[in-house]
Amino acid sequence: MSVDEILDYDSAFEKYEPVLGFEVHVELNTKTKMFSSAPNAFGDDPNTNVNEVDLGLPGVLPVVNKAAVESSIKIGLALNCQIAETCRFARKNYFYPDTPKNFQTSQYDEPIAFDGHLDIELEDGEVFRVEIERAHMEEDAGKLTHMGGAAGRIQGADYSLVDYNRAGVPLVEIVTKPIVGAGKRAPELAKAYVAAVREIVKNLGVSDARMERGNVRCDANVSLKPIGQEKFGTRSETKNVNSLRAVEHAVRFEIQRHAAVLEAGEKVVQETRHWHEDTRTTTSGRPKSDADDYRYFPEPDLVPVVASREWVEELRATLPEPPAERRKRLKAAWAYSDLEFRDVVNAGVMDLIEETVAAGLKPAAARKWWMGEVVGRAKAAEVEPGELGITPAVLVEVAALVDGGKINNKMASQVLDGVLAGEGTPEEIVAARGLAVVSDDGPLLEAIDAALAAQPDVAEKIRGGKVQAIGAIVGGVMKATRGQADAGRVRELILEKLGVEG
Amino acid sequence: MAAITRDDVAHLARLAHLEMSNEELDRMAGELAVIVDSVKSVSEAAGADVPATSHPIPLNNVFREDVVGHVLTVEQALSGAPDAAENRFKVPAILDEE
Repeated sequence: MSVDEILDYDSAFEKYEPVLGFEVHVELNTKTKMFSSAPNAFGDDPNTNVNEVDLGLPGVLPVVNKAAVESSIKIGLALNCQIAETCRFARKNYFYPDTPKNFQTSQYDEPIAFDGHLDIELEDGEVFRVEIERAHMEEDAGKLTHMGGAAGRIQGADYSLVDYNRAGVPLVEIVTKPIVGAGKRAPELAKAYVAAVREIVKNLGVSDARMERGNVRCDANVSLKPIGQEKFGTRSETKNVNSLRAVEHAVRFEIQRHAAVLEAGEKVVQETRHWHEDTRTTTSGRPKSDADDYRYFPEPDLVPVVASREWVEELRATLPEPPAERRKRLKAAWAYSDLEFRDVVNAGVMDLIEETVAAGLKPAAARKWWMGEVVGRAKAAEVEPGELGITPAVLVEVAALVDGGKINNKMASQVLDGVLAGEGTPEEIVAARGLAVVSDDGPLLEAIDAALAAQPDVAEKIRGGKVQAIGAIVGGVMKATRGQADAGRVRELILEKLGVEG
Repeated sequence: MAAITRDDVAHLARLAHLEMSNEELDRMAGELAVIVDSVKSVSEAAGADVPATSHPIPLNNVFREDVVGHVLTVEQALSGAPDAAENRFKVPAILDEE
């Protein structure tokens, strides 16, 4: 296989500007399939979630899943689309063993949703509008496993095995209009767009939106045109780019590859490309040819879907707040800085902080607890912060123990260790581990006397007005009490003892 | 008469995975032209006020509630398969596509 030349990224933009287009497939999380009542479930034993409709046996009659239509309409509305008053399904005809009927039931010239847009906010806050051409309903295909040959690759395989559990799972395919003007930020925009679609369908609750399971899959179209030219160049379509990072890398690579082809005075071939995560490159797939002559025609076994305006408005009323607006609202309400808020979002604790604030903690305190105590532990355990086992309620309880002076921050951390070790509630752990702050002044005064005696020069400095030197004495006391003293109270007592105003 | 060439028929035959002899291609070109003309004359009969029809019965929104129904056993599912292995359908190596 020949290795493609690529041009240096910045050089590509001296003469050319990229045009992007995306097809994002979203698997819906309905209980059953698009046209059959077989379960829509991931990870079950092969061919156990199929019935005669999914296998395309002769004489069967598909029936549309109402919930899947409703989810599709919701997606259309969330993408600011028009919803078709009436639309049809169509057969897309092709032979491939992942499609047992030899056609995929899809929509052709009458998608359920069309003419929408999505405002994509890039990391620095710049907003880029992506126009949505259409969103249509269709069904997923089965899963092929190539056997023999090298490492499951299709090249050199002896045969393939097919599992039709995924065949017929409801899909919504979201197609953008050509995206012009992103310039050098095209790869970044590509990633942000797919992230935004994923976030929207997850927020709507219509998809599990797990890219590693293929719930959200992206085909990325890239072409270059000389700067200033109206007419688009020839595009390539990189298939199945299935992580956010890969979307960014694939667009970047294709820009560089196209630029090198054009710079060499050659023509870009219109073709599908395969993405390789290991080398972060694409390789040539099949050229677009009459293999794409799908001979669509209206599906005779299904009747039109009519979306009355009442039905559409009912569904619109159920839509949750859009994720981007929600973020803006929470950031303002919590009075976080840009950086603080970005860290919170990137750490995946925004929803958790919202719950924690609702449970009674101040936003600043909620951020401190999640970012300071939970995020690092979750990272070490390689789980999401919400899956670690520390709930908003636990943090509220621990924070109350600290605020009430019962424990200090260091003990709070031990209490959380206890919670994760399954030792009970924070209160129980404080009792069981003997973690109460020493609040009886007697032992503290003894420790203070000892600390002052051990560091007479420091004591002298404090008497002389250098109050900032007090840290050394406080530290001595904390050490002597094995961290069980309330540092604030210790400080007060030292000042009192030395007759100095704090 | 609609112009359906032999090449058109050969192209369709290839897309439909049909093997056709030269004689069959010639005959089908003529027959398809008649069919296309017939459809065209029906189209002419329908005025601009007649919406396109994809189904003979004027029905819409025939839906199913999202409730899990029956499935086949693996044995049933594979019973019509020409070949199977590891509870899956076994198909020849696919060489020309992704």
